[in-house]
Amino acid sequence: MNSASPLLRVNNLSHAFGNLLACSDISFELHSGEVLGVVGESGSGKTTLLNCLSARLMPTNGIVEYDLRDRGLTDIYALSEPERRFLLRTDWGVVMQNPRDGLRMGVSAGGNVGERLMAVGARHYGEIRGEAESWLSKVEMDLGRIDDAPKHFSGGMQQRLQIARNLVTKPRLIFMDEPTGGLDVSVQARLLDLLRGLVRELKLSAIIVTHDLAVARLLADRLMVMKDGKVVETGLTDQVLDDPHHPYTQLLVSSVLQV
Amino acid sequence: MTENQNQQPLIRVENLSKTFTLHVQGDARIPVFADLSLEVATGECVALYGPSGTGKSTLLRSLYANYKPGGGHVWVRHGDDWVDMATAAPHRVLEVRRETMGYVSQFLRVIPRVSARDIVAEPLHALGRDLEAARAKAEVLLERLNIPEAMWDLAPATFSGGEQQRVNIARGFAVDYPILLLDEPTASLDAGNRAVVVELIREAKARGSALVGIFHDDEVREAVADRIFDVEAGALAA
Repeated sequence: MNSASPLLRVNNLSHAFGNLLACSDISFELHSGEVLGVVGESGSGKTTLLNCLSARLMPTNGIVEYDLRDRGLTDIYALSEPERRFLLRTDWGVVMQNPRDGLRMGVSAGGNVGERLMAVGARHYGEIRGEAESWLSKVEMDLGRIDDAPKHFSGGMQQRLQIARNLVTKPRLIFMDEPTGGLDVSVQARLLDLLRGLVRELKLSAIIVTHDLAVARLLADRLMVMKDGKVVETGLTDQVLDDPHHPYTQLLVSSVLQV
Repeated sequence: MTENQNQQPLIRVENLSKTFTLHVQGDARIPVFADLSLEVATGECVALYGPSGTGKSTLLRSLYANYKPGGGHVWVRHGDDWVDMATAAPHRVLEVRRETMGYVSQFLRVIPRVSARDIVAEPLHALGRDLEAARAKAEVLLERLNIPEAMWDLAPATFSGGEQQRVNIARGFAVDYPILLLDEPTASLDAGNRAVVVELIREAKARGSALVGIFHDDEVREAVADRIFDVEAGALAA
C-alpha cells in the first residue's frame, strides 16, 4: 500500500486475433491491496485483456510486468514456461467464470484444494487435509462434502470451491472473470459478501472482469471501462459510476435498471 | 458560535467549477458552479446554503472526489501533507477517505448479508483497529442513535428509512475523522434523534474536526453551524 512501485505494470498492451483488435493500447498500474474492476459489454475485450494479464495469452504488443518476490518488476512473458506456471500456481490465482474450467471436476473437493498446496511442496497428508478443511469452511462449504467431487455440486458451491482452491497458497494477486456470472441472485449475494470479506482480510490485490456494475461497485476500488477493445474511462469506482464522463460510460450507467 | 484557538485550515477549495455534460441527452450541458472558493478551519462547521438545485450536494460530492470537478482544486490537509482531491491518484484519494475525510451520504448503501453492527464497524476496522474494538465502538454509536440491540445483528436492508439513516450516521462517526462531510444527516429523523446528531457534531467540532454539511432543518443548522456558505453567491461572487 505504501511503496511507489506497483505490483503490476502494463504498458501499451494490444492483442489481435487476425484482423480483429480485441485489446488496443492499454496501460495501467495496479498497486498492492488495490481491487481493479474491468467493466464493459460482451465483446469489449475484457476477457482477452484478463487472459493477457494473467500470463495465459501472449499479447501481440506491449509489456506486462509483475513484482516477483525475489526479482522485482519482471516481464512475465520473458519468464520460462515452468516459471510462469509456478507463478500461476503460487503467487497468483485465477477464478474462471465457469468453475469447470478452474476445477478438476472428478477429483474430490479436498483434493482440488490440496493439489495447489502440493504444487508448492506440501507433502504431509494430515497438514494438507487440515488446511483444505480450514479453507473449505472459510468459503462456507459443508465439511461433510470434502470427499465428494465438484461435478455433484451446485454452481454456487463449485464457485466457492474454486475460490478456496485459488486462495489456499496465499496469492498476492487474483484474476477473476465474471465470478458471479450464471448464479442466481441470493447465491450471488453470498458469494460477493464472501469475496469482499476475503479481499479485505487477506489484503489481496485483484483484477475483476464483470459486466455487472453492482458487482463492480461492491468489490472494486477502481474501474476501467472498456469499449471495442479500448479503455474509454478510468477512475475511482464511485466516481466512474456516479459521475461518468465518457458517452459510453454514461450510456452504460443509465442503462442499469434500478431495483 | 465558537472562536477557535488557532484557525488552521483543513480544507481549501480554490476556483472550483463543475459542469455536467449529458451525452445520452443530446450533449446537454448543465453548469452547476464556477470559480468557487472556500476555506474550512479546524473546529469549524460550515453549512452549505441555497435553494435546491444550486449545487450543494454537487459541491459536497466534489469535496469527497465522488464527482470530478471540471477545474480548480480541493486541497485537504492529510497528516502533514496537502492532497488535492480533484487531481490525486485513486489510491491516494482512497487513503484520504480512509484516514482523514468521512462522508455521511443521504442514504445508506446496504450491503447484502452484512449486519448493522459490522457496517458501522467497517471503517474503523479498515483503519487497522481490531474487529472486537471496532464492534464495541459501533455498538456505542448504535445505542446512542437508538437502534434497538435486537437489530444490530441484522442486515439493514429491511430497516425503515430513518433507521437506515441512523446506521449511516453511526458509520460516519465511527472514525474520528479530521474532516467530515454531512449530506442532510437529519432529514428523516425525529426530534430525539436529531438532538443526538447535533451532539455528535458538536463533539466532532470540540475534537477539532472541520465539518461541511447540508442541513435543511433550521434548528439543527443553527445549533451546529458557525458559518453559512451560500453556494450560488459563493460561485457568483468570484
